[in-house]
Amino acid sequence: MTDPLALDPILAPTDPGARPWNDDLPHDERFELFESHVLAGGKIEPNDWMPDEYRTAVLRFVEMHANSELMGVLPEREWIMRAPTLRRKLALTAKVQDEVGHAQLLYRVAEDLGKPREAMFDDLLAGKTKFHNVFHYPTKTWADIGIIAWLVDAAAIVAQQALRDSSYGPYARTMQKICWEESVHIMHGRDVVVTLMTGTDTQRAMVQEALDRWWGPLMQMHGPRSDRTKDRDLHWRIKAKTSEELRQEFLTIYVPRILELGLVIPDRELAFDEATGEWRYADPDWAELRTVVTNHGPMSEERLEFRRLNRAATAWVRDAILSEPRSAA
Amino acid sequence: MTENGDRMIDEGDPNVGAPEPEGGSSGDAPGAARSGTLEAWEVFRQEKDGDPMRHGGNVMAPDRELALHYAREMFSRRGESVRLWVVRRADIGVLDDLDLLQPPLDRSFKKPGGYVMRDKLAAARDRAGTSKPRARE
Ligand SMILES: [Fe+2]
Ligand SMILES: [Fe+2]
Repeated sequence: MTDPLALDPILAPTDPGARPWNDDLPHDERFELFESHVLAGGKIEPNDWMPDEYRTAVLRFVEMHANSELMGVLPEREWIMRAPTLRRKLALTAKVQDEVGHAQLLYRVAEDLGKPREAMFDDLLAGKTKFHNVFHYPTKTWADIGIIAWLVDAAAIVAQQALRDSSYGPYARTMQKICWEESVHIMHGRDVVVTLMTGTDTQRAMVQEALDRWWGPLMQMHGPRSDRTKDRDLHWRIKAKTSEELRQEFLTIYVPRILELGLVIPDRELAFDEATGEWRYADPDWAELRTVVTNHGPMSEERLEFRRLNRAATAWVRDAILSEPRSAA
Repeated sequence: MTENGDRMIDEGDPNVGAPEPEGGSSGDAPGAARSGTLEAWEVFRQEKDGDPMRHGGNVMAPDRELALHYAREMFSRRGESVRLWVVRRADIGVLDDLDLLQPPLDRSFKKPGGYVMRDKLAAARDRAGTSKPRARE
């Protein structure tokens, strides 16, 4: 991966804000002032001085998020022409456009932390940076599109809502806008699923099969349990919740909504434990998660190759944008 | 963007009134010539007529025209804005020195709450003999 520390920030810190840690102090003193500000719930803006550890951590986090938005549209894109009605085609197209828009906004946040967009694309396409596990899988039927828009987006939004309070100001503000747009995606997906569930037996079976396919990846999506005290992103308040907190929150909201449709969740151990106040579930396949996010998933290479071809095919647009203007007519 | 787009911007554009290049009919305002490099443009959006312009985010663009196109894609895809401004980030001046903005001095004389005159007013009325009669014991 391009070393983010070796890059000049796009927004040169020429005009640092009047914050105590922006003063020319010994590093340790600065670090302490910065940290106490962040730990007290303060926000960091791009022009502020920040420790390299913080800048790198935010950049990694946001870049992975941006990559996921960009790669995440590919499974859905495959269904635009196959969506059953014009309205569904329009809705799916709008969702795809939204997700690419999210990628654009997030790449902007990352660029201001010092890594140019082209370098981020280079690293993504070379497999040096990652994108979320759920976007490495194939889509088999229209029901997969319903399950993705409903449950994958729901699992994502649980995480994204917690990020609206990130210590990095531009990320927090971007997440407010993104969450506002995401709520429509979930409604669109749930509507697709509910519609199918009021249809024929074949349609209902189609949804059940899609849920069976996606449940494993959904449970893996937030990652293994981690130690709160050792999580740097939590310490810096870049994110607010652990992977397990996010998964529990997802289960609490969505298990009842899945069950009320007559669907069966493919996990016999899934149950709410009144004693602990937590959901118990079969241990997700963490080996599968590792395999998939390192680009060894069933569709990893194909989706990356699509992006490579797409990047080459659209190079002329970027060239045109950056070329000298023709004299005005 | 179209003339329409530039007019929209010119309402708040400090460049308005600056000498136009010869002809003056080019869509690009002075200083907006394509530089061949991308730079950050801050986007401000107005949600409905009469609302203040609020910061929405930013876009990378080589010039104002494309910055507006991108801003429209990013900040009014759902029709959530009635007006957008784009401002080259480098053109923004910043003051955030709290010693200047919120000096630690008593500024109560600048606020209505800084004037507490209940007792004085009562005294003045007493002297003028215009006090309202108090409830009798
Ligand atoms: Fe998204
Ligand atoms: Fe979404």
